[in-house]
Amino acid sequence: MIRIQIYYSKGGAFRYTGNLDVHKAWERIFRRANLSLAYSQGFHPQPRLNQANPLPLGITGRNELIEVWINNNQINHEEIRSTLEKSLPPGITINAIEEVPLNAPSPQTRVIAADYVAEISPAIAAVQLKDRIQTLLQSESLIRERRGKKYDLRPLVYNLELENSIRQAGNHRIFMRLAAGQQATGRPDEVLTALGLDPFSAYIERTGIVFRE
Amino acid sequence: MLSAMEIQARLEQILLRVEKPGRYVGGELNQVIKPWESVKTRVALVFPDLYDIGLPNLGLAILYDILNKQKDVLAERAYAPWVDMETLLRENEIPLYALESKQPLAAFDIIGFSLPYETLYTNTLNILDLSSIPLKAVERQKSHPLIIAGGHAAFNPEPMADFMDAFVIGEAEDVILEIVHAHQQWKAAHLQKEKLLMALSKISGVYVPSFYRPVYKLDGTISHIERRNDESGSLPVTKRIVPRLPLPPTNFIVPNIDVVHNRVAIEIMRGCTRGCRFCHAGMITRPVRERPVAEIVASIETALRNTGYEEIALLSLSSSDYSQITELVSAVSERFSSQHLTISLPSLRIDTVSVDLLEKLKGRRSGGFTLAPEAATDRMRNTINKPISAEQLLETAREIYRRGWTNLKLYFMIGHPTETLEDVQAIADLCKAVLAEGRKQIGRRANLHAGVSTFVPKPHTPFQWVPCDEMENIEAKQVLLRKTMTGPGLKLTWTDPRDTQLEAWLSRGDRRIGEVIYRAWQLGAKFDAWQDQFRFEAWQYAFLQAGLDPAFYTYRHRTLDEVFPWDHINIGVKKQYLIEEFRRSEAGVLRADCRENCYACGILPVFTEMRRAFPGRAWKCPEVRSPSRKTILETAAS
Ligand code: SF4
Repeated sequence: MIRIQIYYSKGGAFRYTGNLDVHKAWERIFRRANLSLAYSQGFHPQPRLNQANPLPLGITGRNELIEVWINNNQINHEEIRSTLEKSLPPGITINAIEEVPLNAPSPQTRVIAADYVAEISPAIAAVQLKDRIQTLLQSESLIRERRGKKYDLRPLVYNLELENSIRQAGNHRIFMRLAAGQQATGRPDEVLTALGLDPFSAYIERTGIVFRE
Repeated sequence: MLSAMEIQARLEQILLRVEKPGRYVGGELNQVIKPWESVKTRVALVFPDLYDIGLPNLGLAILYDILNKQKDVLAERAYAPWVDMETLLRENEIPLYALESKQPLAAFDIIGFSLPYETLYTNTLNILDLSSIPLKAVERQKSHPLIIAGGHAAFNPEPMADFMDAFVIGEAEDVILEIVHAHQQWKAAHLQKEKLLMALSKISGVYVPSFYRPVYKLDGTISHIERRNDESGSLPVTKRIVPRLPLPPTNFIVPNIDVVHNRVAIEIMRGCTRGCRFCHAGMITRPVRERPVAEIVASIETALRNTGYEEIALLSLSSSDYSQITELVSAVSERFSSQHLTISLPSLRIDTVSVDLLEKLKGRRSGGFTLAPEAATDRMRNTINKPISAEQLLETAREIYRRGWTNLKLYFMIGHPTETLEDVQAIADLCKAVLAEGRKQIGRRANLHAGVSTFVPKPHTPFQWVPCDEMENIEAKQVLLRKTMTGPGLKLTWTDPRDTQLEAWLSRGDRRIGEVIYRAWQLGAKFDAWQDQFRFEAWQYAFLQAGLDPAFYTYRHRTLDEVFPWDHINIGVKKQYLIEEFRRSEAGVLRADCRENCYACGILPVFTEMRRAFPGRAWKCPEVRSPSRKTILETAAS
């Protein structure tokens, strides 16, 4: 058995695919590639396949991480990569692939934050946007409600800034680093709402996941 | 008309506001995208229900495959948007579009609707409306797409006759290409639309309703069908079949979201020889044609490689009747059982052999075991021609529970002709006896789910003459079941009698019902098969507006010489044979499976030449040996 970590990007039509279905898509990629995944023990054996951190529907990912166990010792990770690449659906591409020791700590436990970029229509002026960002960053707490539960968004926002140069399309780009992982997760759409922006018409991409070493 | 790019841009503003936006974006593995300008004919295949239901539909997958294999044709898909999406589409003036190219449906040459069941009629109108295409065929110009429909419900095309330019009756594999061809010739010649319809009406298996007009008697029944144009094809329209099942599709589209069936589906056999008298599919899909074992196994292999699906479904109307079922199950389980796949084999006969088969197929006893006894007294079984004794069911159930299945699902139907409360009580008693068997075998882990639906008399069946069971009777029967079928481990589901009524109106409707469908849609009816969307009052009001009596379609007793609205559609089975079967049903006389003994239902005379050209075991009808009259004449002449 070998343990493999795959860094991949998720875009195209997969933007509209939620985390569970992305999981399913990976299972099918391995089936098509004829690489046999290891299965868990028990009454309902499940393929051993973990995502480092779930990505909400509607957000694309530039460098997501999924980890799998494969029932094969003969194959190296380069061969795995080339086999998988022939089996990918449109919208998923592999950035990097590496083998890790079987006893390495799981990536889920090592996630501490995630970086996002949100593209916003230029309808709102940059100065105004900067103001709102400043106000948010200066506030002590930011109580919001999600699925009927109150929580404080402010401590989950590690960094928030507006890109200075205006792009050709004229869209604003907001960078954010938000808490992620097993403790608490900040959602970029919630941040946009807190800034008085419409998250549904924004284009949000997760550019990377930040791990504890 | 908005361009594909404009549609795409507007979509991006709304998609995140709807539930499951993955339904509306396409872009799945194995979808086929061809450059729009590179082909002569563009076909949109529409399943007028939610993506989740339509995507796994095998019929459309077959046509998608066939059409896209043609160099000069492209086929794309569209489904009915859910109400949240519909609202946003209308608010943002986005026409309904095909998932592949995002081209509006109105830009296609041909739009083909799949109509497997009647409750999709209002959705069909809604989709035309969302595409800014006039609903009524007479209002459409040459510039509009040709609107056609096919599927099991189209065997009575009359209720939708006002809205369709043409119907495909029967199996579409061959005829769809003939339609495309006729369209190409017509388009190149720049002729009037009438000319296209004329050409279509001459293709065998194609019905162009506007060329024929039903003439009614004073009592509202049909006197005869008038042919309006001497140059059009003549009646009856005989259904099309393929002599041999063509190679199955193996390049299934793999959705990026969860849908109702995530699987490789393969038809192992088409048609059924059992002759259950209530069964529409059993009558209209004759003759039985089987696919060879080797072909099935090879296709599954390819399809799994192409899709990565985790489930395989071996489909037919009656799996146990597939002549090499044991060989098939061995081959499939040998090849695929070690790969963590779920393999399903629905529609099994009620006997212990079926338990052996499923046991072999499934390493572990995941899911439940489903059987369809349909009735619980011998009198009812003889009426519907499905003879399964209580002992046989109990013995089978015992084996199912004993070998480790904990959930058994039994399908029954109430409302069969002449059914009484005693017959219904027998369903409850039988279910309790079955569960008691389960308890004996595995104790309290045994569960039983009884799905009790309500019978609707369907066109082209031996029961096409019988009235529906009255609403009060159905309700009384359901109350009886609900009262008696209680207790731990026992679950009962039933059909809302109002759903049954709608199905009854639409399935035996005549052309005048089109007005009711139109008005019901205007009053907001759509997604009629969805409990939370169904608007019964809209339908009642639509009948009132159209000046028609719903009871005329449901509760009326039909005489044997009545001309039915679908009588000019020839399914191959003779009306005389259906009458015979109806009489035997009244007399409580069974008719055995016809693969042992052909009862000359009419199929062979209609498809003689085909059978002669394709002899052998793939068909379950006897071979045609005598030389055809044509051959005799030719021999005589030489
Ligand atoms: S022709 Fe004979 S064998 Fe064929 S379907 Fe009809 S009754 Fe059955």
